Formats: sequence, C-alpha cells, structure tokens
Amino acid sequence: MSDEHDQLRSVIKDCVHCGFCLPACPTYQLWGEEMDSPRGRIYLANQVLDGAELTAAAAEHFDRCLGCMACMTACPSGVQYDQVIEAARVWTEEARSGEPVPGTGPRDAGPARGAEAEDGGLAGVDGAEGPSARAGGTTDRSISPKGGADVKRRLRDRAVRAAIFSVFPYPRRLRALTGPLRAAQRTGLDRRLARGTLPDRVSPALGAALRLAPPRPREAARGVLPERVAARGPRRAVVGMLTGCVQSVFFPQVNAATARVLAAEGCDVIIPRGQGCCGALSLHSGRAEEAARFARRTIAQFERAGVDAVVVNSAGCGSAMKEYERLLAGLPEPDPTFALAGQEESVSWVARAGALSGKVRDLAEFLAELGPAAPRHPLPVTAAYHDACHLAHAQRITRQPRELLSAIPSLRVVELPDAGMCCGSAGVYNLLQPGAARELGRRKADAVLATGARLVISANPGCTLQITAELGRRGESIAAVHTAEILDASIRGLPAGSLGVR
Amino acid sequence: MTEALTIEGLVPRLAAIAGRENVITDPLELRTYECDGLTSHRAVPALVVLPATAEETAAIVALCAAAGVPFVARGSGTGLSGGALPREDGVLIVMSRMRRIIEIDPVSRRAVVEPGVTNLSVSKAAAPYGLFYAPDPSSQVICSVGGNVAENSGGAHCLKHGFTVHHVTGLEIVTPSGELTWLGDGTGVVSGYDLVGAFIGSEGTLGIATKIVVKLTPLPEAVHTLLAAYPTMAAGGAAVSGIIAAGIVPAAIEMMDALSIEAAEAAVACGYPEGAGAVLIVELDGPASEVEAEVGCVRSLCMKAGATEIRAADDAARRAAIWAGRKSAFAAVGRISPSFIVQDGVVPRTALGAVLGRIASLSADAGIRVANVFHAGDGNLHPLVLYDDGSSAEAEAAEVLSGAILDTCIEYGGSITGEHGVGVDKSRYMPKMFDADDLDTMQLVRCAFDPASLCNPGKVFPTPRLCGEVPGARRGTHPAVAAGQAELFLWFTERAVVLPSARLARPCALRGASSLGARGASPPGAGGASAARPSRRASAARRPGGVPPARHVYGTCAARHVRGASPTRRVPSFPRRTSPSAHHTYQATHSSRRTPPSPPHPYQWPQGP
Repeated sequence: MSDEHDQLRSVIKDCVHCGFCLPACPTYQLWGEEMDSPRGRIYLANQVLDGAELTAAAAEHFDRCLGCMACMTACPSGVQYDQVIEAARVWTEEARSGEPVPGTGPRDAGPARGAEAEDGGLAGVDGAEGPSARAGGTTDRSISPKGGADVKRRLRDRAVRAAIFSVFPYPRRLRALTGPLRAAQRTGLDRRLARGTLPDRVSPALGAALRLAPPRPREAARGVLPERVAARGPRRAVVGMLTGCVQSVFFPQVNAATARVLAAEGCDVIIPRGQGCCGALSLHSGRAEEAARFARRTIAQFERAGVDAVVVNSAGCGSAMKEYERLLAGLPEPDPTFALAGQEESVSWVARAGALSGKVRDLAEFLAELGPAAPRHPLPVTAAYHDACHLAHAQRITRQPRELLSAIPSLRVVELPDAGMCCGSAGVYNLLQPGAARELGRRKADAVLATGARLVISANPGCTLQITAELGRRGESIAAVHTAEILDASIRGLPAGSLGVR
Repeated sequence: MTEALTIEGLVPRLAAIAGRENVITDPLELRTYECDGLTSHRAVPALVVLPATAEETAAIVALCAAAGVPFVARGSGTGLSGGALPREDGVLIVMSRMRRIIEIDPVSRRAVVEPGVTNLSVSKAAAPYGLFYAPDPSSQVICSVGGNVAENSGGAHCLKHGFTVHHVTGLEIVTPSGELTWLGDGTGVVSGYDLVGAFIGSEGTLGIATKIVVKLTPLPEAVHTLLAAYPTMAAGGAAVSGIIAAGIVPAAIEMMDALSIEAAEAAVACGYPEGAGAVLIVELDGPASEVEAEVGCVRSLCMKAGATEIRAADDAARRAAIWAGRKSAFAAVGRISPSFIVQDGVVPRTALGAVLGRIASLSADAGIRVANVFHAGDGNLHPLVLYDDGSSAEAEAAEVLSGAILDTCIEYGGSITGEHGVGVDKSRYMPKMFDADDLDTMQLVRCAFDPASLCNPGKVFPTPRLCGEVPGARRGTHPAVAAGQAELFLWFTERAVVLPSARLARPCALRGASSLGARGASPPGAGGASAARPSRRASAARRPGGVPPARHVYGTCAARHVRGASPTRRVPSFPRRTSPSAHHTYQATHSSRRTPPSPPHPYQWPQGP
C-alpha cells in the first residue's frame, strides 16, 4: 500500500548517512562491509523500494541482520531502522521462500505507485537521471521483489526455517521435544553428538540447537503456574503475566520467580491459561501475517483478563508486544473472530492493539515504576548485568534493571565492556546464522570473563541460552539468571548458591 | 597486457589477491558504496575490493596501475567533502577490514595501527596506559585513522592538541604505482623532506596508507568544562578574543547560536540556559593546578564579556551533559529543518564577529535561516544553511547563500575548508583561494607521486586536471589551445616537449621517497614483532616498466603557458553549478535531484567548430 511505502520512504529519508550506526552494528564489527551495516541495509532497502530486483547477495545481508536495534540507540537522527528491517525481512522472506507470504503480496501491488516515484528516500539511487524514468511509472511493479532464481533459499534452509517456525512459537510442541532432549542429556548422547560433525552436516542449525540446548532447570517447574497469584499484603495493582514459549519451556523457574516477585510487591498476578506465542519470533523474522495471528490471540486473551498492566519478563516478547499497533496497522482486518462478547464490532484490531501495547511493561520497567514494597535481603555475589538488545535498544530500558539490582544489599553489579553489543542470540538467529552467532557469543563470553563476575544477569531467555552455552563450552561455572530470579532470591532471603553460583 | 585488462577482467585477478568474497560485484551491493558522508555526490564504483593486509592493498593498486584503471581508497565513509567518492570506471579499495591495532607502546607513547581502525578505538586501546589519541573529529566513533590521515582531520580539541598531522610520525603507504614503502621513521624527527607532512591531508591523491604510527598523549590530569550563555553572538565572540588574548589555550572553545541551541534542545533536551542568544563551551585540560588557575581566569573573562549565566562541570557526567548539545547539533538541525547544508570555512579569529554579522545579513537578505555551530577557538565556522528541499527555488537560494558564505570567508583572509577537506565538493572553489601558479605547483607534488593520475583522480583540483588527464575525458582541441592561450604538450611521448620541471613528474621522485624510507633508521614499531619492516617493497606489486602509458594531455604539470589571461591568471572562471545539491546537503540524497557523478566539465565544448 502506498501509505506504507510512503511511510518507509520517510523513515529512510531521515538517514543522513553519517555512519554513527556502524560501530554499534555487530555484523559490521564482524565483517566490516558497508552492506552488513545498518546504513548499508537502509541503502539496499531503498533500492528495492525504488524497484530494483532483490539479489541473492542483498537478501543475504537482510538475513544477516540480528535485529538487535543497537543502531537505533546510536543514531543521532532518530531513524526508525526497525521499520526498515521488518519490511525488508518480509520482502526477503517472500523472495527466498519462493512463494508470496500470505497477506503481503497483492496488497503491496497497490495502484498508487506513481505518488511514491515523485520524491522518495534516496531518490535517484536507481540511477535514473531524467524525469522520464522517475515519473513515468517504470517502477510500477510490486514492491515484493521477485528476485532471481538464485535468491531462493536452498531446500535445506527452507526446511530448517519451516521446522523452527512450526515448533518454537508453540510451547506444547516445544515441550514435547524436551522429552527426547532430556533423555539424550541423561545418556550423554547430546554431548557426543555435539562434539561430532554429524549434526552440522545434517544442518548447521541442528548443530547449533544441540550446542544451545539448556540443561535441566535447577528447579523443576512443579506443575503449571496457577491462573491467579494473590498479592501479599495490600493490593497495589492487578497485572497480567506473559509466560512465553522458550521461557515457559526452558526456564519455568524464571516465570515462577516473576510471579512470586510481583506478588511480594503487592500485585495480583493473572496468568491466563492457554497462552500462546506473542508473535515476536515471527515478527522479527519477516513473517508478518503469522505474527499478526499470534498477536490477535494474545490481545484477546489479555483483554479478557482485565488487568492494569501486562508484565513481560522476556525482552524480545515485550518489545514485540509494544509494537502490536504498528504490526496490525499494516495488515487487513480479519473477521472479528476474537472479538470480546458484547464488544462493539467497530473497535478495530488496531485500536485494541494500541490499548494493549499501552499496558505492556517489561518486568524491570514495571517494578521500577511501582517502587519496592517487599524488603530485600543481602545477596553477597558479584554479578555482571547483560543488556538484552530488545530491552536496552528496542525498549530503551537500561536504567531500571540496574536500579533494581543496586537496591539489593551486598550485591555487586559490574558492567560488561562493550555492553551494547549483541550476544548473538537474537531470537532464532543463532540457529539460522550459527557462525556469526557463535563468534558474537565468544566475544560476549570474553567480556563476561573479563569482569570476574560469578553470575550473569540477563532479561531474555535467548541471551541466557546463548551465554550459558558459550561459557559452558569453555568449562566455566558462571551461572546465568534472570533479573526476576535475583530479586526473588533477595526477597525470600535465599543464599547465592540457590542461583547456581558456585 | 594493458589492453587485456578491462574492469571485468580485473575480477578474477582481484579475487586471487583478496579472495572472491572480498570482491564486490553485485549491483545492489556496489550501490551501497556510492557515496560517503556527503550524499549529494554519488557514483557507483565499477568494483569494490576489501583487502585484509598491506600486501594485498599493494597488489591491488599495482594491478589497477597496470590496467590503467583509476582507484579510490575509502575508510568508514564519513567524509564530508566527497573525498572518497568512487569512480564509475574504477575500483574502490575499502580499508575497513584492515583494523588491527598492531602495537601500543606506552613507553614511547605511540601506537601502530592499520588504516581501518576507528579513531576512538585507538584512544580506547591506549586508555589503560593513561594515554589517548588526541585528534577527535565529531565522527570519532566510526571515522577511520586512515581517513583522518587523508583529510588531516581535526576535531573540537585540535585548538590545543593539533590536527592529525601533528600526531602522525610515520606511514607505511602503497604508492600509486603499487609499491609498499615507508614515509617517516616513526620518531617524528624529520630529516630531509617531510613526506609524512606532504602525505597527510592529500585526500587520498598521493597513495594509500596501510600502517600508521601515531603519537599518544597522556590523559590530562584534570578537565574542566564551562558553559557560558550570552545574549548575542557578538558578546560570545568578544569572550573568545578575551580568552585567547589572555594567553590561555583551552582544549576547546565551541560556540552555538540560538537556532542551533533550539535544534539541540529538540533532539537531546540538553537544558542549556533559556533564551540565550549564544552559548560558549570552554574546556580546559592539563595539570590540576594549571586548570584550576585557568578556570578562574576564564570565568572572569566570560563575565566581563557579558555572560548572563555560567555553568561549570568538573565531573564526567556533567561534562557529558554540556557536550551532548554541541555534539548532537548537526544531526539535530534535521529536526528543525527538512534539509540543510553543512558549510565548513575558516576565518581569522579576529574577524569572527564581522563574519558572523555578514552571515546574518546574507541570511536575512536571502530569507533563509542559518544556524551557527563552530569551533570558535580557531575560527572554524560550520554554518548550517537550512532550507526546504520541497521548494527548488529555496534550495537554489540556499546553495547560493552557502557559496556566498565561503566567499565571505575568503574575503576576510580565511579558507574554504577548515577540516572537511576539498574533495569533489569544493574543488571548484580552489581557484578562488589559489592562483594558477599555486595550483600548478600543487599538481607538481601530486604528479611526483601519481604521474598516471589514477589515484583518487578528480579530487582536490578543479577540472581541468593538468597532468595525466584521463584520455577520453576531453577530446578535440582544447579551447585554450585554440585561442592561443595555452600550448599543447604531449606527455611521455617522443614528441613530448619535456621541460626540466616536467621531468619531475616522473616516478623518480617517488623512488627518492622510498629510499628515504629505507634509510630511516628505526622501523616504526621497533620492538613490536608484528610491525612491518620499513621500506618493504612488494616486488610483485611494482609497476611494470615504471613508466605510465603514453597519454595525450593538454598542458603539462609545470609548463602550462597561459597567455593574455586575466591579471589574476585565473583560467577561465568556472561556471557555477546549477544543481542545488553541491554542498554537504544531507537531504539532497533524498530528493529527486541528483548531481551527476562528475560535475559538468567546465571545458565542455561542442565537437567540431
């Protein structure tokens, strides 16, 4: 739709090509190529917007973007790079999967292309000198790039992507996989497999998955969290809680700790049953339609819960949920399948998304706003705080978690060198781009070890998996925990050992 | 051999040198390299190659030289004069993969770095030793040291600490013929010609630096920053003069006017004093006792000049708060105007008030706003000319105004550039500052290094280029020749009238350079095993034959005879470009106007009579 394209062009127009984003970009740090920098990707996106055919090489650079949004923090001009890369991912996904992504193709071939040709973005990047090429509608083609045959992903890569997106956003399917995983871990088969080259030969993603698979949680998730956890002491708020996919399957103890901390701080915690994926994984991988389906479901669920705030303890999910409005604004309204009983049909999904997004808070953000009520007990340990990209860059939350942690007696929090740099996890990036992810993981682990900390604190399950795997590979016994777990331990007066600190 | 190597033919050869993955040929990828920080000038390079070592760079340059293909070096692409603008018929050599800090020697207080290393990372690496790398361009987080060498970059603190040229003591370079050699010996003591000095600021026209020996400066014991608010720019200017006259050399004196304060406020909410017509930022550094004494002195001088408010910052956080507004100013102006031109000119400090007054009246006459953010201490102005790129008349007027500001700088005895360089953007102003003899003399230096004119051609000098004119760029009889104003020489052919001075143009001068390097006793980075030996020549990289192919050129480097020219001997005046996007027009990139890759040749004439 031309509105969207105009919007994208105006975002791109904000870029003044100063290059301040380059040093913040993990892939530019790795490879030093312009195309693997935000500035270069914006340039590539603009060419596609101007009608250039997406080449395999260019598509690869979009795929390689971690989506860490460190560039947005670095940008002095306020360029909304997230919008650029999300659009680029949709084009890439369409061109590379060899089939139009549902809901994006025909819509894009809107009639109003002429208007965009007038003055857009990096005008003239297509090399057209004269007005004939610009205004004459030669760019009148679908924005969804029909890349050449070589743009398509290889069959194996497509299969891997299909597998990932049919498992990860579904906690039940993910949980079903943990059975064989735990069995392999008990027999040591996983380590033997990971040491060999077989998994990598089958697929680098499989190799990466085996290396990343977390050990059994320290505290088994004793049953499922109740639907409602009552506030301790006077009630200060009623909050909903998102349990997440990876978080609920691999880190149930984090969700339990989150609920306990919220309750201890005087919140009634509503944990809607049957929660699904919030759509973050799909949204951050160019699968807009799929993301929208998850988003609508999540919106409807939390509407029904009737809460003051929706607290999210996974940075990637929180960031996606705060963007629901923009996500749904770009898609046609479906039938009001999920409309609340008695709700006016005229309330659009976009409006409902906006209302929900307004209530979404990261755990640290929420607790900092609420202010502490429960007393904290000393926790004598040195911990390094790791900024999850989707918390620090996408949600700009860096102060609040540090304030919460510094309020814990005896806890010494140290900063990581190059703290704004991504650890390489980035959703499912470490499965799709295992090489780059491992190198970034190595650098992050070096940074952690340089601080001498005995504990790493991170507010995103992906980061925790990634950092734990790299530290584990080196035989280091540094535990990785969530901010919620630290707070929980301090409030309950548990020793540092309960967090796995040795 | 020469004719066999077309640009496409270079691909396998370059791939053999640098690896196929480091040779870029995809059209979309190539276009990402079409401009540097100055987006109004764009040219898609024919090929991009990213070498990893000095030897690879030398081999690439030698290959280009042998094939007669022009080449341009690029660092991080943050330049503001189009100095790294690629050639559509040439190879762009990107140095961003060469980013090793080879050695930090805290005892000798120097570092040896590769050209792709960013400016700030040198300081970061030196910080554990209590040292830093002093030149600090605003883009220091990303600009490369190699690019700093090419442009002789300064920064806010160069008032006290000096420019890049004051901090580089040795360079390993690849000559335009593909030879790897050292200039300077890394001690900073110059015997013989100061070729390091000649190379720094040559804007990539004399070769490509592949290793750089930089001085490291001890971190100051104390830093104190003052922010003074004034009702008018003139009052602020008086304070600057007062401080300098008192014999104080602050690390930096920066000034912002009301418009730029408004912009910075919009972008970063810097909280500068409300209603100020100008703010002055004075930073003092050095031994604590000295700084303490100077702070008191500066404070009273600022008050004497009529400051309405003075804020002091002696800790890092408050200092950062003061600098936040200043450092964000350029990008922030984008928030109060759809488009703007960043101009860069220098005036004598004593003329600051007069020039600012003139800019204000020019601005009022044109009905176009000009925001002023500048390095007041050394008279380096950065007027930001604000306009709406939706209106072509306004864009045109902004362009004219921006040119008029430069004219004013020259009129007051200043310069057309303080730190952004000449590049392609300001080459047309060169004849306004230098007469033909000056330019010819500069060409002699250039030709001594690059007789074939393949190394970053089309930069710095206004067209017509004098020596090594690229064949095909101008065919037919030169009008100056036709008018009997200039004599025609054929260069490096039997028929050539080789004048004594023209002989200098041969590569022999360059050999002199490398043998000088060879003689230089202590290798830079001596003691560091990984530091390269001086004067190591890439034998394979040497130009076959040593003499460039015969070229037909109009005029020679030194012997262009102009008869009956105007008294100023400026031949002939350059038509002003009509494109409004000639300067650093941030937004020009995004408008539908597009400057042709090379500016229209001022000597374009119709074929035939």
